[in-house]
Amino acid sequence: MGNVLEVRSLSKSFGGIRAVRDVSFDLKRGEFLALIGPNGAGKTTCFNMLNGYLRPDTGSVKLLGRELVGIPPRKVWRMGVGRTFQITETFRSMTVLENVQMALISHNRRIFDLFSKATALYRDEALKLLELIGMAAQADRPCAELAYGDLKQLELAIALAHDPDLLLMDEPTAGMAPNERIALMQLTADIVARGHVSVIFTEHDMDVVFAHSHRILVLNRGELIAEGTGDEIRANALVQEVYLGGGSLFHEKETAHA
Amino acid sequence: MGFYLAQLLTGLANASSLFLIACGLSIIFGVTRIVNFAHGSFYMLGAYLSYTLVTHLSALGALGFWGGVLVSALLVGVIGLLVEVLILRRIYRAPELFQLVATFGILLIIEDAALAIWGAQDLLGPRAPGLSKAVRILGEPIPQYDLALIVIGPVVLGLIWLIFHRTRWGVLVRAATQDREMVGALGVNQALLFSSAFFLGSVMAGLGGALQIPREAVNLNMDLSVIGDAFVVVVIGGMGSVTGAFIAAVLISVLNAFAVLVFPQISLVLPFIVMALVLVVRPYGLLGKPGSEKGAPADPEAPLRPLNPAGRLAMGAVVVILALVPLVSADFTMILLVDVLIAVLFAASLHFIMGTGGMISFGHAAYFGVGAYAAALVVKWLGLSMVPAMIVAPVASGLAALVFGWFCVRLSGVYLGMLTLAAAQIVWGVTFQWQDVTGGDDGIIGVWPAKWASSETAYFYLALVLCAGGVWLLRRAAHAPFGYMLRGIRDSEIRAEAIGVDTRFHQWMAFTFAGTLAGLAGVVSAFAKGSVFPDVLNISSSIDALIMVLLGGIHTLLGPLLGASVFVLIESWVTRLEYWRFIFGLIILGVVLIAPDGLAGALSRLLAFLKARIRPGTDTKKEALHGQRS
Amino acid sequence: MLEVRELNSQYGGAKILHGVTMTLGANEVVALLGRNGAGKSTTMKSIMGMVRQKSGSVLYEGAEMLGRPSHVICRAGVGYVPEERRIFKELTVEENLSVGKREKRADAPEWTLDHLYTLFPNLKERRRNLGKHLSGGEQQMLTIARTLMGNPKVVLLDEPSEGIAPVIVEQMAHVIAELKREGLSVLISEQNLHFARLVSDRAYIIEKGQMRYEGTFAELDAQPEVSAKYLAV
Ligand SMILES: Nc1ncnc2c1ncn2[C@@H]1O[C@H](COP(=O)(O)OP(=O)(O)OP(=O)(O)O)[C@@H](O)[C@H]1O
Ligand SMILES: Nc1ncnc2c1ncn2[C@@H]1O[C@H](COP(=O)(O)OP(=O)(O)OP(=O)(O)O)[C@@H](O)[C@H]1O
Ligand SMILES: [Mg+2]
Ligand SMILES: [Mg+2]
Repeated sequence: MGNVLEVRSLSKSFGGIRAVRDVSFDLKRGEFLALIGPNGAGKTTCFNMLNGYLRPDTGSVKLLGRELVGIPPRKVWRMGVGRTFQITETFRSMTVLENVQMALISHNRRIFDLFSKATALYRDEALKLLELIGMAAQADRPCAELAYGDLKQLELAIALAHDPDLLLMDEPTAGMAPNERIALMQLTADIVARGHVSVIFTEHDMDVVFAHSHRILVLNRGELIAEGTGDEIRANALVQEVYLGGGSLFHEKETAHA
Repeated sequence: MGFYLAQLLTGLANASSLFLIACGLSIIFGVTRIVNFAHGSFYMLGAYLSYTLVTHLSALGALGFWGGVLVSALLVGVIGLLVEVLILRRIYRAPELFQLVATFGILLIIEDAALAIWGAQDLLGPRAPGLSKAVRILGEPIPQYDLALIVIGPVVLGLIWLIFHRTRWGVLVRAATQDREMVGALGVNQALLFSSAFFLGSVMAGLGGALQIPREAVNLNMDLSVIGDAFVVVVIGGMGSVTGAFIAAVLISVLNAFAVLVFPQISLVLPFIVMALVLVVRPYGLLGKPGSEKGAPADPEAPLRPLNPAGRLAMGAVVVILALVPLVSADFTMILLVDVLIAVLFAASLHFIMGTGGMISFGHAAYFGVGAYAAALVVKWLGLSMVPAMIVAPVASGLAALVFGWFCVRLSGVYLGMLTLAAAQIVWGVTFQWQDVTGGDDGIIGVWPAKWASSETAYFYLALVLCAGGVWLLRRAAHAPFGYMLRGIRDSEIRAEAIGVDTRFHQWMAFTFAGTLAGLAGVVSAFAKGSVFPDVLNISSSIDALIMVLLGGIHTLLGPLLGASVFVLIESWVTRLEYWRFIFGLIILGVVLIAPDGLAGALSRLLAFLKARIRPGTDTKKEALHGQRS
Repeated sequence: MLEVRELNSQYGGAKILHGVTMTLGANEVVALLGRNGAGKSTTMKSIMGMVRQKSGSVLYEGAEMLGRPSHVICRAGVGYVPEERRIFKELTVEENLSVGKREKRADAPEWTLDHLYTLFPNLKERRRNLGKHLSGGEQQMLTIARTLMGNPKVVLLDEPSEGIAPVIVEQMAHVIAELKREGLSVLISEQNLHFARLVSDRAYIIEKGQMRYEGTFAELDAQPEVSAKYLAV
């Protein structure tokens, strides 16, 4: 049972704020791991350290045995780590399809091509990815016009373009309609189920978290305070206090997915 | 010892007046994100107005002097306010930097207006009553007025700092620089906020000029001579940082005061060298913050579409018509058209980095000039003929772009622009001073085309092939993965990095590519004129290219082609007239107000309108806004 | 309080709203539901005068607001919380709040820093931090607090629960309840039905820029096909 990712004693401070403290965990191949915690707990900061946007103060991150700390994000991507952003980052002056095509062009190392028509390259592959996430109908819309939820979906298509081993999704469904959330995460779960990709995601929608994740890590003020399955986490008094609250916002759906 | 102290004090006095103008520029940029080229003109107006006022009020003594100075500063503020309300306010929504074109028009207008009102001769202003003597410090005479200036600078700095950090207005202004629309939604009248900032900035420029009259003869070159230094100071200090501007003003002025002792000519390029050094170490200037370099947020560009059949036909037709011109027209038309072709290629190459790449360049003439000079030098010193020279030249400018680009792409926004300008100024300075090789001011003459290309007609065809070919290559690259990824980096550097792109390297290559093609334009120009002079490299030649791109419309590939053609044609016509700057400035302002989306945008709106008239039923607006053909 | 009639809005050539009509009564909390891209945000932006091309009518306390600049609408008493968390990144939390500050209004409650800090304790801890250093959720809290500093009578909340931890969302529900208790009217755009149901009196459903449904949540629950069709739940 190989670990895709091994994270050891990861820490990061910003000035006086210790955003992440001594976080360690492993991720198995084909595992669907949720990272939850209050706002400002350090989830995004963790993600940024996993794929090179931030250099941790201490600690190590190993992807299939190779150290990732100190490697720039673009190389981490080439090593097989895809990511979606909490605050979406897309090429606003391009169409939806072109956004996916760019990822494919880069994956195939053709960005210095001076003569081919970019819009004609990898069109079918890109369309297939859009179909997969259900956005084929919007393929030719300019990205700048998309509603927020659609941008989130597009990010997933882009992140899947290079067939990653590990996918990091920062609040992938925020801003989406309820059943589109479920659909998107179902889709992700299906991809995970094929056994090749491992996913770590953060989310504040507990329906989504409890429905699909294999395992949940809870971060509070930068520290891991709990780890376990959905039921264990739900029953954890500390997690209830700092994060879940009274449960009025999700328990109605609990039975549906439990 | 005394001598050095005197030198230091002179430097500090210069720093004060430089600070006043730079701080106004910094405030205006900080709030409105306008790169105000007319700021030097406001400074010059301040000097002229105060010359007139102070001379008339001389009977009142000290009161007359200081009153005159203050009133002129306020008058300049009012003029600035008018400019903001009447012109700039209408184009805040235009693409980034477009407002720069308008301020350039205003610069031209003010220059000729000053010429008409005050004449071309230098005007020597009166001295400040009570401060007209010199005091001896360590045996050296120091003008009392200089000492007064040394005090005024920090006092103004203190006042401005208090305004920005201790008043609500200051907080609102800082908020508005980040998100104007949101400030409006929180109940703040942003129009008022902008106008007040513009007023304040203009007052500072006017004050700087007004205070200068006892020290310097008032003349028509004051605007351009100060604007370069003012920009340098703002950039070294960090855009939008008033304290930074003060430190930078002191740094530059004091260094300059001593450097001229060793190497008198250095003052031409010293500020630019200092700026380049500072920016390499601190990419946002001494006290600037990341993000301080960005222009105002603009509406996103529409996706690039391949030219539709009609458009392709039109492009083809233009080339064919051009090819037929020699059959029907006289030599001077062809000479003019060669100028147009050169400008088109030059502007298109600038557009590649600026429009497609989002990297502002205020110094693109460097690569045009290096191309021209490389050709001239190999002809003159190695005796090469035209064809090899035409191969060497673009390679040389490509290399120059490779070297300078390495530094430039590390920066972004206006900082990047200013570093390109510094690069261009340094190249210009070297060319200008290195008499033995480049001929200095006298340039290099005798750069004639090969025999087969020496007739006007033959050279015209050669230029047509090279320039059209260059433009084709640029378009091709823009539609290819290389250009697309460049746009991607412009849109979101984070996303580009996240899909495996080395963004700096990519931008560096684009910079080099564009520099190479600018060099091609340069060599075509060198052989067309038969000579090269340092002014192909100077600021105004860079600015011309910038105006062409912006005027044409930065959001389309067609923009620079239109902008360059129109610019050259109008300029060649208008420069024959008296007060041509005034007229040219008015034309520019007219275009800016009528077509805030650039000439290309106006053209596509016009076409859509005509189409709707001919074939009712097509949706005019939709075509205009979505059919941005490239 | 707020009455929107036959509102049409478009961005460039794309028509987004087609004759939207709705009302928001005094001291009422109304949910505006709809899936992605339905036009919820566009409706709010149009009310706030932040969409350039629009027609129809927006009456606030009987006065026409359509076509007036957003600062006038805000000063009249309409507060707007955008969904994209448009905080001022280079300003500290406290400065962000001070930008939103407006004079006290006779007919609306006054919000003080202390009061807001008790509602959003995270912000108090971070009050000297720059906006850009806040986490996503903290930024969301800051936007709401900033708008409240303007002492509005009507608040337009665009997806306030997005990206917020469940405990805080519950807290937010209390905040909205408190707003209502203080006499404010709130229009809230939501995709989170649990949350919308928890806080609001009535709901509108918008789909492709048109109003498709209006009624109470009880009525909505009685017609599951409506939510299924327009809300994708
Ligand atoms: N560049 C930075 N400088 C200073 N503080 C920072 C910086 N980035 C993040 N922080 C702080 O670190 C903490 C963790 O932030 P992070 O973005 O990781 O939170 P998060 O768990 O993703 O929260 P959310 O769920 O709200 O997105 C926050 O308190 C934030 O204010
Ligand atoms: N600036 C814009 N230019 C062009 N089209 C836009 C713009 N903003 C939004 N749209 C389009 O208008 C439609 C409605 O968008 P709006 O943001 O109002 O939806 P929404 O209901 O708020 O969705 P979400 O829940 O995803 O925020 C969408 O199709 C979107 O693509
Ligand atoms: Mg986060
Ligand atoms: Mg919305």
